[in-house]
Amino acid sequence: MDLYEYQARELFEEYGILVPRAEVADSAKEARACAERLGGRVVVKAQVKTGGRGKAGGVKLAADPAAAELTARQILGMDIKGHTVGAVMLAQPVEIDSEFYVSYVLDRTRGRFVAIASAEGGMDIEEVAAARPEAVVRVPIDPFEGVPRTKAVEIAAAAGLPDAAADTLAALWNVLIREDALLVEVNPLVRTARGEILALDGKVTLDDNARFRQTRWGAQDDTRDQEGGELEAAAAAKGLNYVKLDGEVGVIGNGAGLVMSTLDVVAGCGARPANFLDIGGGASAQIMADGLSVILSDPSVTAVFVNVFGGITACDAVADGIVRALESVRLTKPLVVRLDGNNAARGRAILDGRAHPLVEQATTMDGAARRAAELAHAA
Amino acid sequence: MAVFLTKESKVLVQGMTGAEGMKHTRRMLAAGTDVVGGVNPRKAGRTVDFDDRAVPVFGSVRAGMDATGADVTVVFVPPAFSKAAVMEAADAGIGLTVVITEGIPVHDSVAFHAYATRHGTRVIGPNCPGLITPGQSNAGIIPADIAKPGRIGLVSKSGTLTYQLMYELRDIGFSTCVGIGGDPVVGTTHIDCLAAFEADPDTELIVLIGEIGGDAEERAADYVKESVSKPVVAYIAGFTAPEGRTMGHAGAIVSGSSGTAQAKKAALEAVGVRVGSTPTETAELVLERLSGSPARPARRACELARARCELPRPDAARVT
Repeated sequence: MDLYEYQARELFEEYGILVPRAEVADSAKEARACAERLGGRVVVKAQVKTGGRGKAGGVKLAADPAAAELTARQILGMDIKGHTVGAVMLAQPVEIDSEFYVSYVLDRTRGRFVAIASAEGGMDIEEVAAARPEAVVRVPIDPFEGVPRTKAVEIAAAAGLPDAAADTLAALWNVLIREDALLVEVNPLVRTARGEILALDGKVTLDDNARFRQTRWGAQDDTRDQEGGELEAAAAAKGLNYVKLDGEVGVIGNGAGLVMSTLDVVAGCGARPANFLDIGGGASAQIMADGLSVILSDPSVTAVFVNVFGGITACDAVADGIVRALESVRLTKPLVVRLDGNNAARGRAILDGRAHPLVEQATTMDGAARRAAELAHAA
Repeated sequence: MAVFLTKESKVLVQGMTGAEGMKHTRRMLAAGTDVVGGVNPRKAGRTVDFDDRAVPVFGSVRAGMDATGADVTVVFVPPAFSKAAVMEAADAGIGLTVVITEGIPVHDSVAFHAYATRHGTRVIGPNCPGLITPGQSNAGIIPADIAKPGRIGLVSKSGTLTYQLMYELRDIGFSTCVGIGGDPVVGTTHIDCLAAFEADPDTELIVLIGEIGGDAEERAADYVKESVSKPVVAYIAGFTAPEGRTMGHAGAIVSGSSGTAQAKKAALEAVGVRVGSTPTETAELVLERLSGSPARPARRACELARARCELPRPDAARVT
């Protein structure tokens, strides 16, 4: 789960990292009140979970509370790369002397987190690394040693950052570990004209797998900028592993790899998949019914492809699940089912026995995808 | 021969007395796995009956190893306790730890991965189906009856795609199939498995299954170029995955322009690995390679592998 900038700022502050004074508002009137409390002159920043806000016009300076209200009115509701702005952060402007970059990211190859630091902040770090690799320092961190002050000093020195940035690096490591983050990034970390080291903008990604031990995360579930909209929210409420896509063939399968593969095979048949939905190994009637109801409520879906490989759960059990799901869900669009693997013949016989007029079977994954694509286009 | 797991392997199950542990221990035993014990400190000293076999429960991995000579452990414990379970297994000095558990926080995986490496323990997983050497042993949750023993080695990030390819190629059969898991940090990589299959005389061809996220497949392509003489056929899932969304597996995410299926396919093809566009086409490419046509370099590699198999093996020589 990605955090909004304002949430990252609050976390940084809690861990002793200096940040500009700021408040968050979701209406223009509120933005004006915030600006008044912050001393009048403020930076108004769109709160969306995507980069490139500045270029899109989502970050603007306002000279006084009236201007802040006007600016907030322009930015709220704005679309930035498909994200609708639901809130703005108002921050006291800072007089910048120099800009740096620091982060901890997961290095999947090493199986470790690495510190990344550069004296060239404020820009896209990948661009800096591509243009001038010597300007970016990468230091792998031993999980059992972490980043004590000595290590932080070493990283700061290697990157040519001021000594005081070592405090930020040490505190940022604590954010990473104690909050179960997968990414913490400060860009830019700035030295102000008064010599203070301040985190001006930040990004934090939390590890969804750590939810069981991060009990206060409920408060971070700000869904104003929910990707995938209502369908994903409905699927999440049913505990489904669902991602909304842009196509017309609804897809249900078991296992993340097989479902990804199913999307590709559908695309290879000239149709577009409407979603990713992994119902896992169980494939019970309930989860099948939940999955079908979410997919059928997607207005862009014109055909549905159920692709199941019977492994631990055999195909006859899956077929039973489909038949029982069809008792509670009214099928409104054609359904192509491919069952293969354990007890495939028995599973197919069960579906044949049900003889639903909108349900067809195919024996191969490729054949079923072709048929689903045909049906989707015929609709 | 096989890689990582043979009929000689003695297997412990951490979390055997839980629901998943019970279900899959029964399946592993039915597949011929020599399950020598379970581990649960609260149930030490008891035995659990699985059909015709009574399996003892030990208080620790070390106690289980001391009593049985176990050299493999399969971990089914819940995410909150997985880090401690793997570190305990590494402390005991077990050779192979297979972590089935899904949903382990990445910081825990990073920690146990570093710890196990330091202690010389191989970890497979987490968030994986384990591995199977058909006809010999099954450590994890891969259905044992999909495919027979044979000459294909398979390594995959995905469980169900493993089953699908095993099914498509069931008549040829497999030396060993290794599910390395779909998490961002895994203990055993595609490269580790390529190296093991390259050295395994019973493996004639290698199937590599990858998916979006990270650059493990690109690195595997480099390794194939440098160090693999056997034919490799690959399949990559996730061409249609949108940027920035996690597709089921925690590690299956395209970040910016990195981790795309296109880049992985291109890297593999650049080193001569054929990449199927569907699982079925991938299976067809395997059959084509094994029948010796039309890919000549592959046939040469097959012949090399076969020639190696026919050489007297050191252990066989000792017997005579």
